[in-house]
Amino acid sequence: MFSYLLRRALYALPLLLGVNLLTFLLFFVLNSPSDMARMQLGQKHVTEQAIANWKRQRGYDLPLLWNGEQSFPESLSETIFFQKSASLFWLEFGISDSGRNIGADISQRMWPSLALALPTLIIGLSVNITVALLLVWFRGTGVEWGGQVLMVALMSISSLFYIIGGQFLFGKVWQWVPISGFDSGLNAFKFAILPVLIGVLSGLGSGVRWYRTLFLEEIGKDYVRTARAKGLSELQVLFRHVLGNALIPILTGVVVVLPLLFMGSLIMESFFAIPGLGSYTIDAIAAQDFAIVRAMVFLGSVLYIIGLLLTDIAYTLVDPRVRLS
Amino acid sequence: MMVGLWTDALLWGLVLVMALGLAAARSRPELKRPFAKLAEHPSGVVALAVLLFFLSVALLDSVHYQKSGGEVLSVLDTLLTPLRDGQEKTYSAPFASQLYSSEFMETDTGEPVWGRPRLQHGGAHLSDEDHHIQDIALKLLAACGRYLGLLAIIALFVWVSWRGLQQRWRDLPALRWATWTILAQLALALVLWDVSHYYHVLGTDMVGEDVLYQTVKSIRTGWVIGALTTLIMLPLAIGFGILAGFFGGWVDDVIQYLYTTLNSIPGVLLIAAAILLVQVHMANHPENYTSLQVRADTRLLFLCLILGVTSWTGLCRLLRAETLKLREMGYVQAAFALGVKPYRILLRHILPNVMHIVIISVALDFSALVLAEAVLSYINIGVDPVTYSWGNMINGARLELAREPLVWWSLMAAFCLMFTLVLAANLFADSVRRAFDPREAEHG
Amino acid sequence: MSRSLSLLCLIVWLLTGCGPIPANHPYPDREWRSNTLYSSFSERPKHLDPARAYSANEYVFIAQIYEPLLQYHYLKRPYQLTPLTAEKMPEVVYRAKDLSILPDATAPDAIAFTDYLISVKPGIDYQPHPAFAKTEVGDFLYHDLSDTALAGIASLADFEHTGTRELIAEDYIFQIKRLAHVKTQSPIAELMKNYIEGFAEFQQQTEALDAMALRDLAMTGVEALDRYHLRIRIKGKYPQFKYWLAMPFFAPMPWEAVAFYQQPGLSQKNIVLDWYPIGTGPYQLTENNPNRRMILSRNPNFHGEAYPSEGEAGDLEAGLLADAGKAMPFIDRVVYTLEKETIPYWNKFLQGYYDASGIAADSFDQAVQFSSTGELGLTQDMRDKGIALRKVVATSIYYVGFNMLDKVVGGNDAHARLLRQAIAIAMDYEEFISIFLNGRGRAAQGLLPPGIFGYVEGQDGINPYVYDWVDNRAKRKSLTEAKALLAKAGYPEGIDPDTGQALILYLDTPSTSSADRPRMNWYRKQLQKLGIKLVIRGTDYNRFQQKMRSGNTQIFMWGWNADYPDPENFFFLLYGPNGKVEHGGENAGNYQNKQFDRLFEKMRVMDNSPERFQLIQKMQALIRRDTPWIFGLFPEDYLLAHAWYGNIKANLMANNRLKYQRIDPELRATLRQQWNQPARWPALIFGLLVLATAYAAWRRYLKQRER
Repeated sequence: MFSYLLRRALYALPLLLGVNLLTFLLFFVLNSPSDMARMQLGQKHVTEQAIANWKRQRGYDLPLLWNGEQSFPESLSETIFFQKSASLFWLEFGISDSGRNIGADISQRMWPSLALALPTLIIGLSVNITVALLLVWFRGTGVEWGGQVLMVALMSISSLFYIIGGQFLFGKVWQWVPISGFDSGLNAFKFAILPVLIGVLSGLGSGVRWYRTLFLEEIGKDYVRTARAKGLSELQVLFRHVLGNALIPILTGVVVVLPLLFMGSLIMESFFAIPGLGSYTIDAIAAQDFAIVRAMVFLGSVLYIIGLLLTDIAYTLVDPRVRLS
Repeated sequence: MMVGLWTDALLWGLVLVMALGLAAARSRPELKRPFAKLAEHPSGVVALAVLLFFLSVALLDSVHYQKSGGEVLSVLDTLLTPLRDGQEKTYSAPFASQLYSSEFMETDTGEPVWGRPRLQHGGAHLSDEDHHIQDIALKLLAACGRYLGLLAIIALFVWVSWRGLQQRWRDLPALRWATWTILAQLALALVLWDVSHYYHVLGTDMVGEDVLYQTVKSIRTGWVIGALTTLIMLPLAIGFGILAGFFGGWVDDVIQYLYTTLNSIPGVLLIAAAILLVQVHMANHPENYTSLQVRADTRLLFLCLILGVTSWTGLCRLLRAETLKLREMGYVQAAFALGVKPYRILLRHILPNVMHIVIISVALDFSALVLAEAVLSYINIGVDPVTYSWGNMINGARLELAREPLVWWSLMAAFCLMFTLVLAANLFADSVRRAFDPREAEHG
Repeated sequence: MSRSLSLLCLIVWLLTGCGPIPANHPYPDREWRSNTLYSSFSERPKHLDPARAYSANEYVFIAQIYEPLLQYHYLKRPYQLTPLTAEKMPEVVYRAKDLSILPDATAPDAIAFTDYLISVKPGIDYQPHPAFAKTEVGDFLYHDLSDTALAGIASLADFEHTGTRELIAEDYIFQIKRLAHVKTQSPIAELMKNYIEGFAEFQQQTEALDAMALRDLAMTGVEALDRYHLRIRIKGKYPQFKYWLAMPFFAPMPWEAVAFYQQPGLSQKNIVLDWYPIGTGPYQLTENNPNRRMILSRNPNFHGEAYPSEGEAGDLEAGLLADAGKAMPFIDRVVYTLEKETIPYWNKFLQGYYDASGIAADSFDQAVQFSSTGELGLTQDMRDKGIALRKVVATSIYYVGFNMLDKVVGGNDAHARLLRQAIAIAMDYEEFISIFLNGRGRAAQGLLPPGIFGYVEGQDGINPYVYDWVDNRAKRKSLTEAKALLAKAGYPEGIDPDTGQALILYLDTPSTSSADRPRMNWYRKQLQKLGIKLVIRGTDYNRFQQKMRSGNTQIFMWGWNADYPDPENFFFLLYGPNGKVEHGGENAGNYQNKQFDRLFEKMRVMDNSPERFQLIQKMQALIRRDTPWIFGLFPEDYLLAHAWYGNIKANLMANNRLKYQRIDPELRATLRQQWNQPARWPALIFGLLVLATAYAAWRRYLKQRER
C-alpha cells in the first residue's frame, strides 16, 4: 500500500509542473512587469525611474527564462521563471505586488476561510442527508413530490440571490445578526451563522437530489429487500442499511474537497467581509496583483492534488482490494 | 445591411446542427423509446417548450443589421422599439408615471419646485394622474382581450383546417402540454409588448433604461453562454474521452495528464487570467474593435471559449470510463476480431453508445453555465460590461436593495427570467436523464 | 433546511433574550460602552511609511501617528497653517547666488535660494516602540535579532520591551534624506529634486547605498543646526513649500526605526516600516491587521496639545469651541473595520455601529432631501435619529480631457477648438450631477474649485464659452449653439466630411466594471445629441495610464485631488513643460500655450495678492477659450454623523482631525439599544414550519406502523 501511495504522490509532480508552466505563460505573457509597476505605484508623479526601481526591487527586471549575462547555474536561476514561478514548489510565495509577504498573509487568512467552510460542509452534509432520507422515507406521497419540486427550484436560483436576499432579510430587515464582518475566536460565531446558513441553503437543492439518487439506488438492491422481508420497519431499513451502506461513497466523496476548504468561498467572503483566502483572491483579481493570483492558482492545485491523494488513501482503507493492486 | 457577429453565426449554426441531428435521430429505431419517454412527463415537455421559446427570442436577437445611421440593431431590437426608445432620466417603478425619486423641477412659471417629475414616456398619454390605476387596468384588459382573441382565432383556424390534429391532440398528451405552454407564453409576451407602449412594465433602472428590455435582451447572452460553451466543450470532451478510453496506453496517459492538470487549476482564476488577456489584446488593437458590439461580442465569444476549455474535463472523464467499459463488450471485441478498422469501431459502436451520457451532461451543464455567468460578472470577469446579461443586471442592482425606498424591480426581473430559464433547463435535464439513462430505464 | 433554521431561531432567541446588548452588535461585547470610535476602511492601505503614503486612505492612519512640523488649523477658514511640532512658523530667508541675504521684497528672479529656518519643540517623545528598547548598559535590545528571538514574533506587539526617545531636528533631516533615497520609492522624490537644494545629488550618491548609510551622508540643502533647529534650503522661490511641510512626507523618522525594521527576519513576517508606523502623534497603531481591522489607541507618551480656542464665525454657535483649551485627544481608541461594500456600511451606520458615514448615491434619498426653499437637508428619519449633516465642496476636480496631440480634437487651430467647445456645451454636467451624484457636486466653470484662491463666484466666474448668465444664474448654452459651433468646426450635424458618416470619437476610461455602465451610456448620449458617435474604450487602470503616457488617446476621463490649497496645484496640470507624453509630467492632455505658460511661471512664485488674482483670471480665460478640458465637476463631500459624535468640522486639508473629535459612549449605547430590536415573527413562522414537518413525519410513522 505504501508503494502504491508513493507512486500516486510522485504522479502529482508532473501535474504541478504543468500547472506552474501554464500559469507562468499566462501571467507573464499577459501583463508586462512595467504595467504592474505602474499600477502599484499609483497615479500621481510616476516616472520611468520609479518604475525601473520598482521592477528592480521586486526582481522583475530579470529576463524571463534565460539570463544570457550570467554563467551556467545562474543563467537559469537569475530569471523571472526560476525566482517567481519555480519557487512556488518549495512553497515560497514571495512578495505580492503591493509589497507584502504572501506566505504570511495566506497562513493568516486560511483560518477564517476554514471557520466558514468547515461548518458549511458539516452542517450542509447532515442537512442534505437528513432531507434526502426524509424524501426517500416519504416516497410516493405528496411530500416527496413537493420536496422534489422545492429542491429543483432551490437549485435553479443563483447563489448571488441567496447572498443578497439573506443579507437583506436577516441582517437589515430582521436585525438578527451583524450584516457583515468577522472576529477571532468564539466571537466569530455570530458572524458565521448567516454565511453558513446561506452556504447550506444554496447547496441544498443539488445536494439533496444527489443523495436521494444515491439512497434510491441503494434501496433497490437485494439486501434491502431481504432486510425488509425479515420484518424490519421502514425506518430501521433506511437508517441501518441504506444510510450505512451509502455512507462509504458519501464520505470518500467528501474527502476530496477537504483540502480545498482552505481556499474559502470567493463571493460569500467578499459579500460578508470575511478576511479569508476567498476574498484575498477576489481582491487580487480586482487589483490585478498577479503575484497573489499566481500563488493562489498554485495553492489551489496543490490542495486539489492532496485531495486526490487523500481519496486514494480513503479507498485503500475502505476497500482492501485496492491495496493488492 | 446585415451585420455578421461571430456569436450570431455560431448560435444559428448550433440550432441548425441540432435540427439536423434531431432529423437524423428520428429515423433511428433505438431512439424511439427514449423519445417516447421524454414525451411522457409533462414537466419535461413544458420545460422544453419554455426553452424553445427562450431560444426563439435569442435567435431573433441574433440577426443583426446596420441602420443607415450606423447603428447596429437586431430584429428583436426592432420589435422592441418602444421599449428601447422610451428612455427616462432615472429610476421609475413598474407602471409608474413619475420618477421614483424627487428632484427639482421648473413649473410653468419657471419657479423651481421639489417633487417627482412626470416620465417622458411611461404613462405619458395620461392627461389626468388620478386615473392612473384605472388606466393600467384598462390597458391590460384591452391587451388581454385583443391578443387572447387573436390567438384563439388562429388556434381555431389551425384546429379546423389541419385535419388529423384532433386525433393527435387526443393521442399525444405531450402535444397538449406543449401547445398550452407556448400559447400562454405567447399571450404573456404579446400583452407585455402591447402594454409597454404605454408604460414601463418592469420599471426603469438608474439611467432610465427599460428593465423589461434589459431582461429580454439578456436571454440571448444566457443562451449563447450555455449553448456555445457546450459547442466548444463537446469536441474536446468527446474526442479526448473516447480516444483515451479506446486506445489506452500513452494516449490515455497524456490525455489523463492534460485533464487532471487543467482540473486542478481553480477554474475562476483561469477564467480571470484569460479575460484579462482579452482585455489586453483589445487595448493593443483598438482598430479591430471600433464598434461596441464587436468588442462585446468578441469578449462573449472568448468567455464561451475559456469556459469550454475549463469545463470539458468532467465529461471527458465520464466518457473515458464508459469507453473503457464498452471496449470490453462482446460486440466490440468481435469487431476487433473481424479486423474492422479502429476508427470504424469508434464511429459505429462506441460513439452512439456513449451519446446518452453526452446528452444528459449537456442538459445539466446548460443550467450550470447560465448560473456561472452571473457569478463571473459579479467578479468582473464575465461578459463585457455593455452586454446585457443577468449577471450584469444583478451586479448593477445589488446595491439597490440598500436604497430607501427600496428599488427591487431590476433584481426581481433578472431573478424571474433567470430562474425560469434555469428551472426549465433543470427540469428538462431531469426528463432527459429519465429518458436516456439506461440505469433509469432498469428502474422502470 | 428546516432543522438548521430552527437551530438558528433558537440561537437568535437566546442571544436576544438574555442580554441588553443586541445580537447584531458586530464588535466584542466588552466594548459596548467604551470610549471607542468606530470607522472603516474599504481597501487595505498600501503604504504606512510617511515617505511613500500618498492617498487619503493611508493618511487616515498615519496623520494621527506621524507629526510633521506644521499642520492646518482645524477650524479657521480659509485654510491656515499653524505650528505642530515646530515652535513657531518657519522663518523664511531669501538668498542670492553667493548666499548673501536678500530683503523680503526682492523680485523672484533675483532669488537664488530660500532658507526655511525651523525650531522643533523640545520635550516631545516618540511612542513606546521596541526599536528604542535598550538593555541596562544602553545597547539596543532588538536591533540584531537572532532566529531564536524571532521565533515567537508574529506582530510588533509580541516584543516584550519598548523604549522611547526625544524628537530632535535630526529626525526631520533623516526623513528628507529618505525621500531622496531611491530605494524608498517616494512618489514625490522626482518633484522635490526640482526644489530642495542638493536633493538630486544626494539621490545619485545614495543610489547603491543602504538606508542606514543615509545618516552619515550630508545633503547640502538640509541641515540640523543643533538638537532642535534645522534649515531647509530651496532653490529659487517656491512659496508653496510651506504646505509640503504640513504633509506626512515631512514627518520625523528616527534612525532607530530604520535600523530595527531593516532586519530581514522581520520583513518575512510583514513587520516593516511601511506597515508599522512609529511617531510622536496622539495615537499609535496597536492592532494592525489589514485583512480585518486596524486599531489606533492613545499614545501614552503624547506631548499634549490643547483644543483650539479660536475658529471662524459660527463655530462658537455650532458648539465647536466648547472644548477650547482642553487637552486632546478625547477618544481612547479607534477601530477601523474592513468594509468593502457600501450596503453593509450604510446599514451598520443606521444601526449605530459606525459613528459617521458619507452618503452614497444609493442611500441618498433615504438620507437627504431638498426643502421647499431648495436647501438640502436631512430627511425626517435622519433627524429623528439625531444625525447631523455636514457638507463641503472638495478641493478636487473630475474632468474630461482632450489629448491636444490628437489630430481630430487636439491642436490649437480654430476647427478643433470649436469642436471642443461644442462638445463642452453638449456634456450636460448639471444632469450628470443630478443623476449620478444626486446633486452632490458643482459643475465646474473653470479649473479652480471654490475655496481656492482665485476662485470667483457669480457672473464674473462663469465660463462664457459654455454658459450664459441668465436670471442670476449660469445657464448652459443651448444645443443649437453647440450645433452651430460644430458646423463651423466642419462637422455639420456631426457628419465627418471625410467619411460622410457620423464623426467617431474615442473616450478612454480606466473603468471596466458594469457598475459604471450607466455613466458610460450617459457620455455616449451626450455626444449623440450632436450626432457624434462616441466609442468608449474601458481598460484597467495600468493600461489606461500606459495609453496616457504614449499619447494614444483622444478623449479621456480623469480627476485631480489638490495636495495643498493653492491655485498653483491646479494650474500646473495644464503647464506645457509638464506635458505627459513629452516630459512625463502631470499635464495629461499635453496642452501647450506659450502665453499660459508665461502667466503660470509668473503666478507660481507670487504670494496671494490682487495682482496674482488678476493673473489667475487671465489664465482661466485662456483655458476656457482653448477648452483643453471639459472642466466637469467639483464633487461635494457630505458627512453624516450621529448625535453622540462631536467636534466635527469638514476640513479637506488637515488629515489629523481625529484628535479634535469626541464621542459620548453612554448616549450611543442607549440609542443603539433602541435601534436594534430584532424582528421575532419570522422565527415564529420558521418554528411553525418545523412543527408542521415534524407532524407530517409523525403521521407517516404511525401509518407505517399500522401496516
